[in-house]
Amino acid sequence: MKRLLLLFVFSLWVAPMQAAIEAYQFDSPEMEADYNQLIDELRCLVCQNQNLSGSDADLARDLRRETYQMLQQGKSQQEVVDFMVARYGDFVLYRPQFQSNTYLLWLGPFLLLVLVLYLVVRWLRAADKPVEVDAAAMAEAKQLLEDNESHK
Amino acid sequence: MIPELGQFALIIALCVAFTQAVVPLAGAGLGVQRWIVLAVPAALAQLLFVGIAYACLTWAFLSNDFSVLYVAKNSNSLLPLIYKISGVWGAHEGSLLLWSLVLALWTGAVALFTPNVPRVMRARVLAILGLVSCGFLLFIIVTSNPFERLLPAAAQGSDLNPLLQDIGLAIHPPMLYLGYVGFSVAFAFSIAALISGQVDSAWARWSRPWTNVAWLFLTLGIALGSWWAYYELGWGGWWFWDPVENASFMPWIVGTALMHSLAITEKRGSFKAWTALLAIFAFALSLLGTFLVRSGVLTSVHAFASDPERGVFILGFLVLVVGGSLTLFAWRAPLLRSAVQTRLLSRDSALLANNIFLTVACSAILLGTLYPIAIDAMGGKISVGPPYFNLMFLTLTAPLGVLIGIGMLIRWKSDSLERLGAKLKIPALVVLVLALLISLTLPYWIWTAYLGIAMALWIAVTAGMAIYERFHHRSLLSTLRSTPAGFYGMLLGHLGIAVFIVGVTLTSLYNQEKDLRMAPGDVYKVAGYEFTFHGVRDFNIDNYVATRGGFTVRSEEGDFKVDLFPEKRVYLVQTMPMTEAAIDAGLTRDLFIALGEPLDKEGAWAVRIYYKPFIRWIWLGAIIMALGGLFAASDRRYRRLARSTSSSSTGVEQLS
Amino acid sequence: MSRFALPLVVFVLMVGLLGYGLRLDPKKVPSPLIDKPAPEFSLSMLATPSRQLSTKDMLGQVWVLNVWASWCVSCRAEHAVITALANKNLVTVVGLNYKDEPGDATRWLEQFGNPYATSVIDQDGRVGIDWGVYGVPETFVIGADGMIKYKHIGPVTHESLEQTIMPILKELKS
Repeated sequence: MKRLLLLFVFSLWVAPMQAAIEAYQFDSPEMEADYNQLIDELRCLVCQNQNLSGSDADLARDLRRETYQMLQQGKSQQEVVDFMVARYGDFVLYRPQFQSNTYLLWLGPFLLLVLVLYLVVRWLRAADKPVEVDAAAMAEAKQLLEDNESHK
Repeated sequence: MIPELGQFALIIALCVAFTQAVVPLAGAGLGVQRWIVLAVPAALAQLLFVGIAYACLTWAFLSNDFSVLYVAKNSNSLLPLIYKISGVWGAHEGSLLLWSLVLALWTGAVALFTPNVPRVMRARVLAILGLVSCGFLLFIIVTSNPFERLLPAAAQGSDLNPLLQDIGLAIHPPMLYLGYVGFSVAFAFSIAALISGQVDSAWARWSRPWTNVAWLFLTLGIALGSWWAYYELGWGGWWFWDPVENASFMPWIVGTALMHSLAITEKRGSFKAWTALLAIFAFALSLLGTFLVRSGVLTSVHAFASDPERGVFILGFLVLVVGGSLTLFAWRAPLLRSAVQTRLLSRDSALLANNIFLTVACSAILLGTLYPIAIDAMGGKISVGPPYFNLMFLTLTAPLGVLIGIGMLIRWKSDSLERLGAKLKIPALVVLVLALLISLTLPYWIWTAYLGIAMALWIAVTAGMAIYERFHHRSLLSTLRSTPAGFYGMLLGHLGIAVFIVGVTLTSLYNQEKDLRMAPGDVYKVAGYEFTFHGVRDFNIDNYVATRGGFTVRSEEGDFKVDLFPEKRVYLVQTMPMTEAAIDAGLTRDLFIALGEPLDKEGAWAVRIYYKPFIRWIWLGAIIMALGGLFAASDRRYRRLARSTSSSSTGVEQLS
Repeated sequence: MSRFALPLVVFVLMVGLLGYGLRLDPKKVPSPLIDKPAPEFSLSMLATPSRQLSTKDMLGQVWVLNVWASWCVSCRAEHAVITALANKNLVTVVGLNYKDEPGDATRWLEQFGNPYATSVIDQDGRVGIDWGVYGVPETFVIGADGMIKYKHIGPVTHESLEQTIMPILKELKS
């Protein structure tokens, strides 16, 4: 599932600072992919907005090592995430967890889109409807015009 | 002496800008001709003095004047000439001066190149621009003076940040500024029109070329930044949704919506309020970006300054300019009535839908960027990064990929589902099948890759159909003569997006990366290529020391060979280690090598190797889009109607 | 109210948020360990590496853990304040020597004075990670029940000692 997520979400990133490169060996390509995704989505706390994979800070190195070791021990991605959040809080995640204080963040734009589209389509449909003609008012208008004509 | 001259010039420029702001505006309102005509000379005078100030700062850099604090902090006598020139805008104070210069240039251009625009309207536009100039010049003089002296003078400068000693990054800020400062023109036109009440087709026609040119520069500026990040940061990534990146991208999105909205307002006279509002938004986002980058309210590597005091000033300026504009809008917009009705199935509503999706996407980016501040204010702490932005942006703009195709072929005013269905059925099928065939040639199947390719093909096919529809009726020559440049602009703009989509899709989903240990002689194979490592050597160059790794890359068939030399540099003054990746660029793939660290005494290094398919298409797409903007801006229609427009201008003035 | 005023309303709200944001520090990461049990460690003491100190040993008393290192410049700045705290003899002050060389650490204490009841060695930073340490110096206040009550990020100043930390300590001890 995680791999599908990785593939589905375009992992577009830039590390604003120079990258640090470690030559970790992995038991499987899946584990390597899990590792890469984790270090992309975990934040380096001492940096000016970088993920763990892009930072050469000491703490980033340490946290990458932690991540690697936990995966080697057979822990899942979620367990690594929980580990980091327990120690550093939600700040360490670049993917905000879906919880009460992020409902607005995750759902807001879609709700806005739906609302706006609904309002606009309703407004456009109203423009499409032909104008209802009040028969009595029409007759009265016609009468007035005829009176006007006869008075000329 | 020269720096003082520069400082003095700035103060004069401020006075002139103030005059430019107040007098013509009053004159336009009261009908005093003498005050109205002051706008043009004032604008040109402001340009002159800001230009002088800028030249003085450049002189300080070129003459290694380390008695100027800004020069001492950002330059060095060993710095190559080109970086002394680009170093002027390398940090907060100088970049603000560049901002002012670019604004003055745009103002001067408006003063000189608007023969069609009625004098009163132009006076108002220049006055609004003058108001913005005042704000920036005041900000510079009061809080961010680049001419501040350092006494006693430093013997040597601290050198320009090594990251900035690069040609791509040198051009990136001027391009960006030409872009989002350029949106100030559309903004000024919008405000001037709201004041006079003349928000109509003529106003849209005047605004369009200015918006298109600003937009194309912003496109190039953002693409340059992305390309630079890719080759410079050793990471293979090209976009991080960093707050400062978002600060430049949001005006781009709204600017795109604005361009489309101006098209409807010009053609059909509808959506006036929308268009006027988008013009305000585009520039408001530019100003917001300036605030975010310099106030320290968000953490970003790009941040120029983290100074809450400066932040207060910019915020105040933001409140004045944007708050004032939106108040004006709230007051005047109800008076804007569109003459025509928009039908549900029409190009009008397709463009409206386009704007809705773009604006909602932009609001998602804004929400994500500012959300951490809100949570922080409530006592929590979160981060919002690429996973959020990617998901949101992609899902909110994916419908646009389909809409672009429909939009190019759907009729103005009113169209029918039957006609559209008949026209689009076969092309849609063709696209789906073709995309399938193409996807099957890729290493493995990924659904989103298929969809991305299908979307790009759809845009290309419908663009082709649009060309066919226009050209197959009459002779080629007569159609060429009667086709406005705007049409080619539209085609190129949309094709640029298609190319961009291909690049993003393929590089994100099929890229291969590997961090590994390589000793001299080791070979690594990926994607049909063999990478052989030969070891490292050390060199002394200019103002840095380089450790250079040697690699040979061969294709497995043997028909291709290239030598690549990634480096690790240590700059002498700032002693920052920098990785210079070695890239073999190609239209269909990039091969990317970066040196990590030495691992042991036998000469083995940690090395990163990337295979990046079609990544160049990302920036190629941007270049094509920018070209489209150029074509659109050069449309003769904007220049032709000088006579007919100016005669109608007098009748409108009574509304002010 | 005119719907055209909506953008203005949203703008005002946004500006309010940004204005408030100017007073906040986006780089400060508050600890999620407040009111949670202090993470367990068992580390060698700096002075006598054969002996170990663990979190369990400190149960039943209010104590302060100060994260420091000889390479940390701000630690020198806060040293006087930590010493002042230790001299009050109110609580035990334990040092966590973080990612340092024991030789350098010992020399640093000899040069500047040793305010700590003892310092423990966290050379690879593993314990630091468990405590959510992301910078040096940092200071933790732990209650007698073994729960972390307060975390101070950055160097402790005399002001923050008197105005924030001392009241917390006094309350915990009462």
